[in-house]
Amino acid sequence: MLKILTTRWKQGHRTTRFPLELPTLPPRFRGRPVLEPARCADGCRACADACPTGAITTDGGLQLDLGRCVFCTECVDACPEGAITYSTDHRLATRRRADLVLAGAELQLADRLADELHALLGRALRLREVCAGSCNACDLDTNVLNTVGWDLSRFGIHFVASPRHADGLVVTGAISRNMHHALRETYAAVPEPRIVIAVGACAISGGPFRGSPDVCDGVEGLLPVDLYVPGCPPHPLTLLDGLLRLIGRIQGKAAEGVDAVVP
Amino acid sequence: MSPSSASAPWLTVRNGQCVDQAAVPSVSSGGFAEHVVSARGRGGRLAQLFGRRTPEGGVMLYAVVAFDHAGVLELCRTPVESRGGEPPAYPCLTAHWPAAQAFEREIAEQYGVHPLGHPWLKPLRYHATDNGAPAPWGAFDSSKPIPGDYPFYRVDGEEVHEVAVGPVHAGVIEPGHFRFQCHGEEVLHLEIALGYERRGAEPLLLHPNAARSALVAETIAGDASVGHALAYCAALEALAGVNISSRAAAIRGIALELERLANHVGDLGALCTDIGFLPASAFLGRLRGEFLSLTLDVCGSRFGRNLLRPGGVRFDIESELAAALRARVAGLQKEVQQVLDMMFAQSSVLARFEGTGVLSHEQAEDLGLVGPAARACGCRRDVRCDHPLGIFRFSHIPVSVETTGDVYARAVVRWLEVQRSLEFLLEQLGAKPEGRIFQPPGALRPNALGVGLAETWRGEAMYVAFTDDAGRLSFVKAKDPSIHNWFGLAQALRGMAISDFPLCNKSFNLSYAGHDL
Repeated sequence: MLKILTTRWKQGHRTTRFPLELPTLPPRFRGRPVLEPARCADGCRACADACPTGAITTDGGLQLDLGRCVFCTECVDACPEGAITYSTDHRLATRRRADLVLAGAELQLADRLADELHALLGRALRLREVCAGSCNACDLDTNVLNTVGWDLSRFGIHFVASPRHADGLVVTGAISRNMHHALRETYAAVPEPRIVIAVGACAISGGPFRGSPDVCDGVEGLLPVDLYVPGCPPHPLTLLDGLLRLIGRIQGKAAEGVDAVVP
Repeated sequence: MSPSSASAPWLTVRNGQCVDQAAVPSVSSGGFAEHVVSARGRGGRLAQLFGRRTPEGGVMLYAVVAFDHAGVLELCRTPVESRGGEPPAYPCLTAHWPAAQAFEREIAEQYGVHPLGHPWLKPLRYHATDNGAPAPWGAFDSSKPIPGDYPFYRVDGEEVHEVAVGPVHAGVIEPGHFRFQCHGEEVLHLEIALGYERRGAEPLLLHPNAARSALVAETIAGDASVGHALAYCAALEALAGVNISSRAAAIRGIALELERLANHVGDLGALCTDIGFLPASAFLGRLRGEFLSLTLDVCGSRFGRNLLRPGGVRFDIESELAAALRARVAGLQKEVQQVLDMMFAQSSVLARFEGTGVLSHEQAEDLGLVGPAARACGCRRDVRCDHPLGIFRFSHIPVSVETTGDVYARAVVRWLEVQRSLEFLLEQLGAKPEGRIFQPPGALRPNALGVGLAETWRGEAMYVAFTDDAGRLSFVKAKDPSIHNWFGLAQALRGMAISDFPLCNKSFNLSYAGHDL
């Protein structure tokens, strides 16, 4: 018993102060890509050809789809002009699929749930996670939010065992054909009103497995999605930022500087 | 026990080696099982058994038998064809060597090849065959939605009841279905039906965009990205005939051990969660994240994505970064040691771990277990030691072995491996090997096959890559260690209380995605 207490004392308090303070991210962390189409040479499509998931298009101007991007830097290496770089900005989550397509302009970050839903779920959000053809990385980094380092429950957000107790689903994976049915059944078991959060490139677009006959290329078109969290997998900070924006605890634009935190 | 003599129809290869496909000796399909099973008598371990479609429309089966103490693999093959309207068939191996059970089911499901006499012939992943031939259990019906329609083994009798769990579980974990046959609390039999995570990964490994192919290898089992990438790179580098620099090899080793540390530390914490010992659960859950953060510092991804590529690594560990990482590893070593010393000193922890989910050494050998689950049963096998490649040729990590085969043994093996990986990191982050971190791998040798093995934190991952006459990849067989071990978990549950299942499951912590591909 004494040993437990000594260890407890030595471990100390380890929960991040986010969103009041931003945890330090290392320089190699790859957050929001920054596009500078002005640098593109005419007719050059080196980045689009290099991209393993078809996230980049150059016809009609340089565009990068965060919903397909796996943040791998192949495009950065391929570009002779330095038109694509990765910033360390972790804020990536959006409310609409179309908002994930970057075209040089500001990223339209997720806004709060509509008033009625916000009144219901803003202070107590119960989520059921469904892993449907992921590699397990999105699931593991979703789970990380439950560790003492992040302590998700201080925001009133909990992962629950039964869809009957949930206000919504967190979906990971490319939606394998073999999980399609179970996903639909689980969604049907969540009482209305309910929300859906798509986490990771697989859930948004199929990710590395897009085009395989064994997957449905993500949840788009199968379930109505309320929050898209891109990444492969998203950093826990990116996911938490998205969740807090959804419940209105963080508000603000994608501009530089500190976002407004709602107490 | 020794590998085969030169005259026997086997081809000897080593990890990271490439050979001509035509050099792999072919035996008759009627004598294949006997031939492969005879390798067991010489001390062999079935590392892989897979099928590949031939250009003529038939199926070629390949067996890879590992002789771990000699550090070699032996290969042979057999063609199976349909004769006189009968479906293609061959006498099965599983009846004589249970380690083949999942592989033969995989082959039957992929190509409709019948392993005659297979004692447990059931679907493995639920999909249509690659060549349109009906599987031995009938044609695939895509209108039936889920792999839950399955011929479960069933126990009947007074007070016998059945418990069905999954595919959607209580926690944030991968999908699978567990069917228990119980008498009261006692589990008489557990059957595990997988396939829910099936994404069709193997064909995507042939994607013309090399970065896509590597990305798929990294996401076959996303918590073992580095381990899978290491085996994948070894197979492709064998075909390209490229030797990576000692600097790149050291960085790969560092990434592999960081991955092992994150997962082992996380698993030890999760074991404590499942027995309700929350202090260690909380501390270790956080410490797991610290190791992921170190990987993030190296390559910008907590899971080591995009670090390893055929030809080397894409991110360097410069001396400044190495010094910073080393200081953090030294600090973490103290913290981890402190928590694990405390955890393993608790009688309540030991009481729950000891004697739970026991597998005997014989069972582990029969089923061909790998990784910590095998080492916990006294099986001395570890790719880093037996088939070393890269940094592990120069820096030797001792194999961690326990003998009791229970949850306790699987926890202790992880604890020992945590200590040894930490020492390895401190050593490697202090060394300054030379060389360019990356060199483009160049053209692949045509009509060849390359073999790559790596000891992921779960055990042996293996990639066997084939090229066509133009030197393009024509077939890649990927293996996650989990395919060996799932049956071990099912066996370990026999006679246990059903409430011990979460603890036993966590002590194996197998990959659903890696199994389902």
